[in-house]
Amino acid sequence: MPVTIGDGRREWQLRDRRGQIGLWLMWLVGTAITVAAIEQISGETIWAFVWDAPEQAADLLTRMVPPRWSYLDKIWSPLWDTINIATLGTLLAIVLGTPLGFLAARNTTPSVALVRPLALLIIVSSRSINSLIWALLLVAILGPGVLAGIFAIALRSIGFVGKLLYEAIEEIDLSQVEAIDATGASPAQTLAYGIVPQIMPAFAGISVYRWDINIRESTVVGLVGAGGIGLQLQSSISTLAWPQVTVIFIAIFVTVVASEWLSARIRHAII
Amino acid sequence: MLLIEGLTKQYKTGDRALRGVDLTVPQGQVAALIGPSGAGKSTLLRCVNRLVEPTAGKIALDGVEITGLGRRALRRARRQMGMIFQEYALVERLTVMENVLSGRLGYVGFWRSFFRRFPAPAIDEAFRLLDRVGLAEFVDKRADALSGGQRQRVGIARALIQDPAILLIDEPTASLDPKTSRQIMRLIRELCAERRLPAIINLHDVGLAISFAERIIGLRQGVIVFDGPPERLTPAVLTEIYGEEDWSALIRAASEDGEAEGAGETAAAAGQRQTGFQGSDARARLT
Repeated sequence: MPVTIGDGRREWQLRDRRGQIGLWLMWLVGTAITVAAIEQISGETIWAFVWDAPEQAADLLTRMVPPRWSYLDKIWSPLWDTINIATLGTLLAIVLGTPLGFLAARNTTPSVALVRPLALLIIVSSRSINSLIWALLLVAILGPGVLAGIFAIALRSIGFVGKLLYEAIEEIDLSQVEAIDATGASPAQTLAYGIVPQIMPAFAGISVYRWDINIRESTVVGLVGAGGIGLQLQSSISTLAWPQVTVIFIAIFVTVVASEWLSARIRHAII
Repeated sequence: MLLIEGLTKQYKTGDRALRGVDLTVPQGQVAALIGPSGAGKSTLLRCVNRLVEPTAGKIALDGVEITGLGRRALRRARRQMGMIFQEYALVERLTVMENVLSGRLGYVGFWRSFFRRFPAPAIDEAFRLLDRVGLAEFVDKRADALSGGQRQRVGIARALIQDPAILLIDEPTASLDPKTSRQIMRLIRELCAERRLPAIINLHDVGLAISFAERIIGLRQGVIVFDGPPERLTPAVLTEIYGEEDWSALIRAASEDGEAEGAGETAAAAGQRQTGFQGSDARARLT
């Protein structure tokens, strides 16, 4: 009881005594765990390596400059592959993830008991596995190359698109749907007129945002052989060709900045 | 004509919103449904087009029994019932024209509606209705760019393009200022008179009900406790519907106002009201 009566006056505190003690205990336990964790980590660290980290980093840096600009000629094509992996993967994810979103949303699913849990399961499994791991699996199944990359990106993105879309569908204004229903519209028409216009901004935002993320993710899938610039990155690192690594980093950086600029423009135009 | 017999609605939560309501609304009659919040006004209205499924009772519109229709037949029946909503319930991101044409969805196939290829007569009618409610130059505006009064006019046009046999109107003025409320109520009454349309209007504003309806139905806890012309709405009756309060001033003001509105009706028949009304609306838009 935060309100107590002492000699005729009403006193007020946010928490009563038990709440106060509970709060202090929580802080105490939290601090103890943090201290214990630091102990554990420092015990398992080889500090000699850490202490000369600045030297090592400086050494690496000197070996990375100047960038070998002539290497650029060799990465235009893998860079183009990378962008294509991201774009096609995103498109595939949108095509497959959008119906999934409608099946998973409580207010549009054909069956809450059967279809919805199944759709949610697909969404969760897609989301729980990183693109890089999808790529590892797909390279084993499809063999190395761009196709494995596209599917890896798509499989990871289906869950993302499906989840964000079904959340958007569940948040729509039902009175608009009711109004369309009341005109005698068919269920398909109610979907097209009452629901789709309401989720268009979310849909556009999700698609462009995921494309933006996928540009970054597709630079990595090549590390395991799924096509794109990651392949060049990996071979450059393993042959200790650091000036080439620098060129690849700069190329990725410029691509990501360009994609962010483009996606911001697209989002602005649609919403 | 709308016929309701023994209409009962019990929600899953156990609330009994309607307890055996009997009601007949003849051709061309504008009836206001008043009562405190939770009296079942909205439920009654929504039972008529079965947005809410009645528990028991019978509802028939022009001889067609609504209760007991299958999904497909219900959709056909809903085309006959225009509904106007409290918060307008327009599809905010669609244009005014798309919103008005959505009233024709029950009459066109999916792909035609999907690609917005509505038949020419429907589009002509949409233009005519937009002219009539004073929104001719807003055709291509998006609904969310309009003011409250303008949105409700779109809502009215959407209901009328259905070519309905009855209007179901749920708190049309709840989110409008007093002046716009009166304009909207006047528009609804004029349109009902023009087309000899019956209408049931839920109103929480008793003053508006007295001024603009020819019949008042008082609902309390799912039971009709008053049914009659506005003149018979005495302080005692209002006390029975809403509970103890000093009602005399409200009734006096509203009935004087109602007489003024009644006098205006003859002018409307001569077609003068319409132009005067649109003129004042244009001024309202400029300010």
